[in-house]
Parts: sequence; structure tokens; C-alpha cells
Amino acid sequence: MGEKVLMKGNEALAEAAIQAGCRHYFGYPITPQTEIAAYMSKRMPKVGGCFLQAESEVAAINMVLGASSAGVRAMTSSSSPGISLKSEGVSYIAGSDLPALIINVQRGGPGLGGIQPSQSDYWQATKALGHGDFQLFVLAPSTIQEMVDFVSLGYEVGEKYRIPTMILSDGMLGQMMEPVEFPEAKETAQAEKTWATNGHKNKRKKNIINSLYIEPQVLEDLVKERFERYEKIKATEQRAEEYLVDDADIVVVAFGASARVSRNAVNMAREAGIKAGLIRPITLWPFPENTIKKAVSHTKDFLCVEMNMGQMVDDVRLCVEGKSEVSFFGRTGGMIPTPEEVFNEIKKLSEKEAK
Amino acid sequence: MKTCNILLAGFGGQGILFAGKVLAYAGLIDNKQLTWLPSYGPEMRGGTCNCSVVMSDESIGSPLVVTPDVLIAMNLPSLEKFAGKVVKGGTIILDSSIIDKKVERDDVNVFYVDATKLAEENGMEGLSNIILVGKMFKELGFCSEEALFKAIDKCVPARKAEMVEKNKEALRIGMGQ
Repeated sequence: MGEKVLMKGNEALAEAAIQAGCRHYFGYPITPQTEIAAYMSKRMPKVGGCFLQAESEVAAINMVLGASSAGVRAMTSSSSPGISLKSEGVSYIAGSDLPALIINVQRGGPGLGGIQPSQSDYWQATKALGHGDFQLFVLAPSTIQEMVDFVSLGYEVGEKYRIPTMILSDGMLGQMMEPVEFPEAKETAQAEKTWATNGHKNKRKKNIINSLYIEPQVLEDLVKERFERYEKIKATEQRAEEYLVDDADIVVVAFGASARVSRNAVNMAREAGIKAGLIRPITLWPFPENTIKKAVSHTKDFLCVEMNMGQMVDDVRLCVEGKSEVSFFGRTGGMIPTPEEVFNEIKKLSEKEAK
Repeated sequence: MKTCNILLAGFGGQGILFAGKVLAYAGLIDNKQLTWLPSYGPEMRGGTCNCSVVMSDESIGSPLVVTPDVLIAMNLPSLEKFAGKVVKGGTIILDSSIIDKKVERDDVNVFYVDATKLAEENGMEGLSNIILVGKMFKELGFCSEEALFKAIDKCVPARKAEMVEKNKEALRIGMGQ
């Protein structure tokens, strides 16, 4: 590993993409992710890559579709309202079985909402980023190091299963600085993309990238084959971090920025003699069911903490299957919960259990 | 030091974010855990601006400083907004050239530094922020002196290399207050 440097999350992510071999970035400015585009505009020309500020978010995502079709590592980034605009293109990318990296540095919504950090696009990212039966591989970083590490992970998993990847970040992680190390330059040999439309040179049959299937049976077969891949991803790619979970009575479940706040709250609870722990989903899809289910036997209460009105809490309830209590605490609109607020919720649960 | 929560606040253009970055780099050079989080948004243009820096020996949860151990205030609105949030026994360092009010608390340590005036007298306009950082170092010694000066080398961009020595001189002036 190299020297530790201080970088904003947005810039670190952009540099990581370049180091991971991304040479095609298409974007459009929007707070709080604009530093990604700004960084790319400076760095891409120096590495012989393509930075293009598109005329709109819709154009940018379709450029990603085109570049990914040709087999290169492509990327776009935006923040919540811009991601909504991209949703049609994301669906086409998924329907074309293409890997691609899409970054959402979330801000408050709905509508134009606000520009402060939020996690209110959880449902969008994990359930329906566009029309049709499909999933994205969704990673939720909670440190700047993860903003870096998840770029190559996102590309690798996406290429292995031919599925688009989303890094679901937020304004806090995008704007903050933290020490970060970039991995030693490794061989960027990527798996051969036999499906890519990169010129057959009369040596193979031509490849076609398409998401239009008029014949229902053909489309059903294709979707079913895709869902078999999703099952493999669910079986092999779930990721979560556990913190003081083993003996916990109360387990906080939180991802991204709210997991950082929750970690403070769990420490405060431990100091107050309350057995609290934290499960931090790293993959939001596939949701880390196994980690949650493993904790059910000893957990009296799960407390989901999110910067929204309660979205991931649904997935936690599905895993817990009514065997433990599941409650929710959240702030929204760009408000960030404080460790004290989360600690107070833990305390309430602990007092309730004591009765 | 377990964890030190620092909040710097003032007008946009006073170098609040830069001063925060110097603190952050000093922590990095001393191998501490740290985070730097700016306020961002339209309020930065001519309005108030603030920056949270957390330094710790342990991994850091929330990077947002709500109850600072140290507040560096560079204008009156910032002092009024945050003075009451400083923890008991905490520290407030303020630029008394700009803020002509006294802090109405007796459970915190307050240091009044004539920073803007000192900067002007020494031909270093715009470096009142670094003078205040120097004062903070003198009172709290949150990092090694070597790290603090090295942080200046790291933070001043190459195109402004002539500012390195001026920033270091500003640190020394602050440390002499």
C-alpha cells in the first residue's frame, strides 16, 4: 500500500476509478457530487481517457451504455434527482446484460429536494432503478477508503455477472476528507469480454447488444437466466460488517454515513452498560440476510437507523421474520442524526426490555 | 488524547476550510485518525461557513462536530451560533479584531486573539486563520510541532509556494500570543 493522503470522498472515488482502468467518464454537474466530474475533467486527459460533460444526465447514461457495450470500463455519477433522470438508461443497461459503474452521491428528496446528505434513495437503488425485472449490485461505502476500494470491487463483480453496479454514497461521504491509501497498481488485466461489440475482425460471429425482445418466450427465458445469476450473487456476494454483535441484546442496523453515527452511539451504549452492537450492510443488494439472520437468536431488538423515513427497515423486517422486535429511527431532508439521538433510542429500547 | 472535536467557523473567504485542512494534515502526519467535513451549499458565498475536524487515536464515527471541544470563531454570527454548544471545560479561540463581544460562559476557556490586526501589522493579510491555529496549538498541543509545520507544506498548493513561509510565520505569531 502507498502513502496515506487526505482526499475528499468524491475525488478519491474518481481517482480510484482511473486507477481501476476506467477511461470513459460521462457526467453532468449536480451538488454534492460535482467534484467527481471536476476531478475527471482534469485527470482523464492526462491518462489518455475520455471525459465528457454530456448535455444531460439522460445523454450521459446512454453514453455509458454505448461504452460498456464496447467492453470498456465506463462510469457516470450524479446525485439523487440526476439518478432519477438516468433510470431509463440504467434499465436498458441491465436489460442488455452490461456491467457499468453508476455513482449516486445522495441528497435530500423528493423532487429537487435539498443538497445536504441523505439516504432516501435506498428503495430506488435496491428495488426499482428503472422499469422491468432487474437488480443492480449496490455497494454502500461508509469511509473514504471504501469509496476507493468499492470501485474495483464494483467493476469486478459487475463484469463477472454482467450486471450494472451502483455505489450508493451520500453528500457527507462525498464532501468529507479522511486519510486514504490507494492499492498498489496491480495488473489491470480484465476478464475477456467475449460479448463486447468491439469489432469481430472476421474472426468470430458478430456480437449484438440489445434490450428489445418482441417474442415473450424469448424474453421470459432471458429474464429467468438473468435471475439465476442474481441467485448466484445473493449466495456469494453478500457483505456486512459486524461490530460488537456477538453478545448484543440490541443491534443497530445502519449503512453508509448513518452507520458512522450509529457506531458512536453503540460505543456510548456500551459505556452505559447496555449490550448494543452494530450490523452495517455493505452490499445493499444483495442484502446481507445471512448476517441479520445469524444475529436474530440473541437479539431482542433491532433498531434500524437511516437518513430517510424508513426504507431499509423493510428488508430487516423480512430477515427477522417477526422473531425479534424491529424499530426505526431516522432523520431526513438533509438532516444528519447525532450519536446522542441514536443513543437515546437505544436507551429507550433497553429500558423497555428491563420492564 | 482520546478524541478532539474541533469546529472552525466564520465567513466564506476567511480560510476556514484551509485552516481545517492544516489541522487535519497535522493529525495525519502524526498518524492519528481524523476526518474533515465542510459545510457546503449556497450559504458559503459571502455567508457563514464552517468546518468540522475530528482527531482521535481511535477510529472515528460521525465526522460532524455538534458539541465541539474546541471552537475557532472568526465572526460574530459563528460565535453566537456555536459558543453555547462547546462542551464544559472546552476551548473557544476567537478573532477579537472582528468579534467585539465577550463570551458569556465561565465553564470554558476563552482566548481572545487580535488575529486580523496582527495579520495586517505583519504584512500577512488573510492569514488570521493560521494565527488562530497557532494559538490553538500553543494552548492545546494537539499534535507535534513538526507535524503542524509539515502540514503547511502539504496544504499550500504548488502554484502558491511563496505562501508557505508566510503561513509558517503566521503559525509562529499565533504561538506567541
